[in-house]
Amino acid sequence: MIEFLLSLKIALRALRTNKMRSFLTMLGIIIGIAAVIAMIAIGSGASKIISDQIASIGSNILLVLPGSRTSGGIRLGHGSTPTLTYEDAKAIVAECPSVALAAPIVRGGAQVVYGNMNWSTAVMGITPEYFSVRDWPVVDGRKIVQSDVEGATKNCLIGSTVADTLFGSENPVGKIVRVKKIPFMVVGVMARKGRSPQGADQDDILFVPLRTAQRKLFGSQFPNSVAAIMIQAKSEQDLDRAEEQVNTLLAQRHRVGPSRDADFTVRNLTELLDVAEQSSKAMSLLLGAVASISLIVGGIGIMNIMLVSVTERTREIGIRMAIGATERDILLQFLTEAVLMTLIGGIIGMLLGVGGAKLVSVVFEWPTLISLQAIVLAFGFSGAVGIFFGFYPARKAASMNPIEALRYE
Amino acid sequence: MGDSIVRAEAVNKVYSMGEQRVEALKDVSLDVQRGDFVAIMGASGSGKSTFMNILGCLDMPTSGSYWLQGENVRELSKSELAEVRNKKVGFVFQGFNLLARTSALENVELPLIYGRVSAAKRRERAMAALALVGLADRAGHTGNQLSGGQQQRVAIARALVNEPAIILADEPTGNLDSVTSVEIMAIFQKLNRQGSTIIMVTHEQEIAAFTKRNVVFRDGRILSDTVVAHQADAEQVGGQL
Repeated sequence: MIEFLLSLKIALRALRTNKMRSFLTMLGIIIGIAAVIAMIAIGSGASKIISDQIASIGSNILLVLPGSRTSGGIRLGHGSTPTLTYEDAKAIVAECPSVALAAPIVRGGAQVVYGNMNWSTAVMGITPEYFSVRDWPVVDGRKIVQSDVEGATKNCLIGSTVADTLFGSENPVGKIVRVKKIPFMVVGVMARKGRSPQGADQDDILFVPLRTAQRKLFGSQFPNSVAAIMIQAKSEQDLDRAEEQVNTLLAQRHRVGPSRDADFTVRNLTELLDVAEQSSKAMSLLLGAVASISLIVGGIGIMNIMLVSVTERTREIGIRMAIGATERDILLQFLTEAVLMTLIGGIIGMLLGVGGAKLVSVVFEWPTLISLQAIVLAFGFSGAVGIFFGFYPARKAASMNPIEALRYE
Repeated sequence: MGDSIVRAEAVNKVYSMGEQRVEALKDVSLDVQRGDFVAIMGASGSGKSTFMNILGCLDMPTSGSYWLQGENVRELSKSELAEVRNKKVGFVFQGFNLLARTSALENVELPLIYGRVSAAKRRERAMAALALVGLADRAGHTGNQLSGGQQQRVAIARALVNEPAIILADEPTGNLDSVTSVEIMAIFQKLNRQGSTIIMVTHEQEIAAFTKRNVVFRDGRILSDTVVAHQADAEQVGGQL
């Protein structure tokens, strides 16, 4: 094999001889690589949105909802029977070994008033477990603690949207707000959480102790009921076992049997989000496949031009062989040329792809993720395309008969 | 026979073109000693080009043996043949066959590149070869910046740069006018005097007169093999033209 630098020089000279043709041939690879890089960046941006949303719900979460009720032959929807209680939540933590935490919640809406400002927001009655389950810290002030729940205190926590709307630049901690005309003291402000997977503003919320919500804000004919119980399993592996244990325990407690339908449902939230993540993965795979096809088309273009080039340079090949070039020398010469073309195309395509992805994230406000892995992969792939599609023409050049090659006009 | 460079014994070459069998060479035997200068002559189709291709290891005889510097060429693999062409044979063609868009120096360096000679040595030897054919001052010129005679001199420099056992020239003056032809022959004579063994195909009697030995082919056989009684001196003839 002749020196690497020298064969690179020979290949570069051959490409320079036909600048326009070389560039047009590279264009296929440029577009292919740019498309692969941009598509992967956009696709992994989408995956990142979803995984961020998963993290915002909390990890390893089950949701227990009250079930339906049949009234005179008419089956009503979820939550139509307020059968879940705070005691159910306590029992779940005590008796299900795979469950780490259970956070019962009560939900409603209310107009919140501070001074001359007012704002309609979601109100949630919670216990301290809720913050751990949702992995949601307080940035200012303190959390709602167990004694708040037991004593049904009129303390509240507000989300950042509520804080911004009612208080502006004022510090809300220690201020009094009115919820359904009842004065509450703001004891803390929650960290910003962002949007939920459904797109709702999770920070537009006000938290009060569970007992307070049950007794003072959303009093009903079932004063002890809760709207849902959020359950955190001990680990991801425990999730399925926890679901089974909760189902068994609640069936016992609610005396579910052949004559009585279950009046609760256990939902696995991560599973729902897994589906979303799967579909986004399928999407980026699809985009990648489309981009790969353009890369293959580009490779065929390279093969085509290399074949033309080999035919055009038949005489040159004959001269080189007469002078002492081995088949291997000729093979490597043309292979180097093809690979050089795809690698140069790969570098240009990479720059265009990264630029395109950045443009998408700026113009469409869509987060894109350019991974080193994708760049290395695309670069390796373009080299592989060069070797794969350059091999046949190079082989053809190397297997020429020198006598006929020399006679070629 | 200690200094035999080329020894061909009963060489046959048969081409089969479909149904037709063409016997290009029939029992050709030739022995060329070191320092010889042979002109191979004959009409087109007489088999002289086929014989040259075999001598240059570009082609294989159908039967018979060929030793180049004592080495039996039939027993060599393709890459070994490439090496023999590189180290032991220097080709000069009728159409010059320089690489386009490549300087004279780089053309002369080419055999050294395939011979894996280091870059510094390459330059030095290529420059020396160019100087030998009187083109040291044209080293940077490409083929289309040189006249036909100059191109052929670059080709001769390329053929001798690896110090081959034999220089094979296939009608080297065929594309040149008579003055330039004599100039080229003067170079070959100079190389021959310095010890190079040269075999040259030509169909011009005047050109053959500059060599030491004339071998005439007809219908695939050697018709005659004669020593040139009075070798013409190209320098002298060139002076008179």
